[in-house]
Amino acid sequence: MSDIVEQTKEQPAAHPGWREFTFSMKRLFKNPLTIIGLSIIMFFVFLAVFAPLLAPPPRPFDPYLMPHRGWDMTPSPPSAENLLGTLPSQYDILYGIIWGTRNAFRIGLTVVAANLFVGLILGAIAGYFGGIVDEIIMRIGDVFYAIPTLVLAMALVVAIGRGLQSIVIVLIILGWPTYTRVIRSEILVIRNMDFILAAKASGVSHFRIIMRHIMPNSIFSLIIVGSMNVGVTILIAAALSFLGLGSDTGYADWGAMVSTCRNFIVGPPENRLAYWYLVFIPGFTIALFVLGWNLLGDAIRDVFDPRVRRR
Amino acid sequence: MSLLNYIVRRLLFMVLVLFGVSILVFGVLMLIPPGMRVAAYVTNEKVPPSAIDAMIVQYGLRDPAPIQYFRWLGKIARGDLGYSTTAEGPVLKGFIQFFPTTLELVLYATPLIIFVGVWLGTVSAVHKDEPVDHFIRVVSIVGYSLPTFWLGLLLLMFFYGFLGIFPPGVLSESLRDVIYAPGWIRVTGILTIDSIINWRWDIFLDALYHLFLPTLNLVILDSALIMRLMRSSMLDALGQDYIRTALAKGASNHTIEHIHARRNAMLPVITISGVLFAGMLAGMVITETIFVRKGIGWWMARAALQLDVSAIMFNVLFLGAVFVGVNLIVDLIYATIDPRVRLS
Repeated sequence: MSDIVEQTKEQPAAHPGWREFTFSMKRLFKNPLTIIGLSIIMFFVFLAVFAPLLAPPPRPFDPYLMPHRGWDMTPSPPSAENLLGTLPSQYDILYGIIWGTRNAFRIGLTVVAANLFVGLILGAIAGYFGGIVDEIIMRIGDVFYAIPTLVLAMALVVAIGRGLQSIVIVLIILGWPTYTRVIRSEILVIRNMDFILAAKASGVSHFRIIMRHIMPNSIFSLIIVGSMNVGVTILIAAALSFLGLGSDTGYADWGAMVSTCRNFIVGPPENRLAYWYLVFIPGFTIALFVLGWNLLGDAIRDVFDPRVRRR
Repeated sequence: MSLLNYIVRRLLFMVLVLFGVSILVFGVLMLIPPGMRVAAYVTNEKVPPSAIDAMIVQYGLRDPAPIQYFRWLGKIARGDLGYSTTAEGPVLKGFIQFFPTTLELVLYATPLIIFVGVWLGTVSAVHKDEPVDHFIRVVSIVGYSLPTFWLGLLLLMFFYGFLGIFPPGVLSESLRDVIYAPGWIRVTGILTIDSIINWRWDIFLDALYHLFLPTLNLVILDSALIMRLMRSSMLDALGQDYIRTALAKGASNHTIEHIHARRNAMLPVITISGVLFAGMLAGMVITETIFVRKGIGWWMARAALQLDVSAIMFNVLFLGAVFVGVNLIVDLIYATIDPRVRLS
């Protein structure tokens, strides 16, 4: 008898949750695309965190304003002074890329986090209570669904005034229906399961049932959707910036940097690709950032989504 | 429930949704100060500042928002869509002028996007985990991550800037006079169709020449989504029992892949085509702006920059109506093809 107790003490069986977690992690890192995606994101995290060291701002109180030397409208090619060349009006591209990383993280993460939060609350209310509350919330969501996001976002940004802040606010206003739908459909399944009925029967409050019993079971699908949406969010924000609805010239924002190159697509006759760095570098940065998030989102879905895992 | 009943119910729902959209957009546009919104009524550039204030009062731009909303709705009901400063005329005239250009691009790009997406997805699934599959998957996820505007600018820089071919715009300068000359019969406004009606093959070819880059841009960006979906649904289909049965009966690989599996695998692709369409409408704003094609998207981008409220309202509602309408059609097609789906 005491032997058995001794044995279990020596070799405690791994907690099922822990086993699940290690299994997931092993799968996650077996896929080379995940490693690439993660490396890309880590690279950008590095840029964002060490921005003040990599590109010391000349005006520390407002580091997002790119420094520039003179007002010459002709961009200069990469040189020892400006490693990646300059935009028109001699704004340093490298500086813009580095500080723009902070902006990109700020926009992507703020919008997705806010969307997750609002979607979670509304979806939980709609799914759990059903009936008229559900109907109202979901029909309002349908209104947002009826218009392509970029088009509706353009109209709203115009109305509340241009700028990156407006873009963030508008994307928060427009983003929640996706998340609400996801969490609602999860809850509709869970709501009628036996353990919820048992909780109800033992007199647990609605709030506690939602927070303690429903949320832990449905939050993963939201995280999957969220991780896959960071890239999309950045793309829409960049497109709005590109169209001229974002920040003013000189602000370290990737989308706005690409839009300044529109008049410099064709170089002078002797070298028609003279301004390649202007078109290529800021756009490539956006593409790389979005690619990193998309690869990571794909990997997270493959590993955590019960419908596609273990195949 | 009968099909007609279903369609009528969906159409009524569509009207409700658009009503909601109009309240949303109108409500937000009310945030713009009256002094800026009055621009929609200024048709003459030489209006003295004192007259502006009179106009604000005349058109009731300081009235409570609900009153203004119902006044606007009443005007819409009477067919008065307002004056667009960016189109330099009534909104309806702008729409007739700009819409064919957009429709033309949609008509060329959509079949190509679906074809390329379905084809690559099939190839990828049939050769699962072989190099060609890895290659297609990487290409697709990269295509999915590219910003529309960046790809457009790169294409323009390489083809137009470096090689000197495929210029932006819709028509070469030498031919532009022809379509505004009195002899030109404008039937659809779509250049590649009107040119055939007018029997001007030079214009037909030139219009196609200008369509190439924007179409390529849309195909690269939007077929990635279809390809990803097609691959996974094709893999699902290939694992089904009826495929094994077909194999056991000695059907060739070609028959199995292209007849048995692909037809079933295409069902989810049909459902996603509504989402694809929304993506295309959004991509249209960017694509038309970059390739200087004066269509609905180009108009919307300009209207947004110049606070052309009437044009913004109209375009948002129009694109919404198109989107909801396309989704309805998609659902109907789906129910027709797959009898297991019941309309409810």
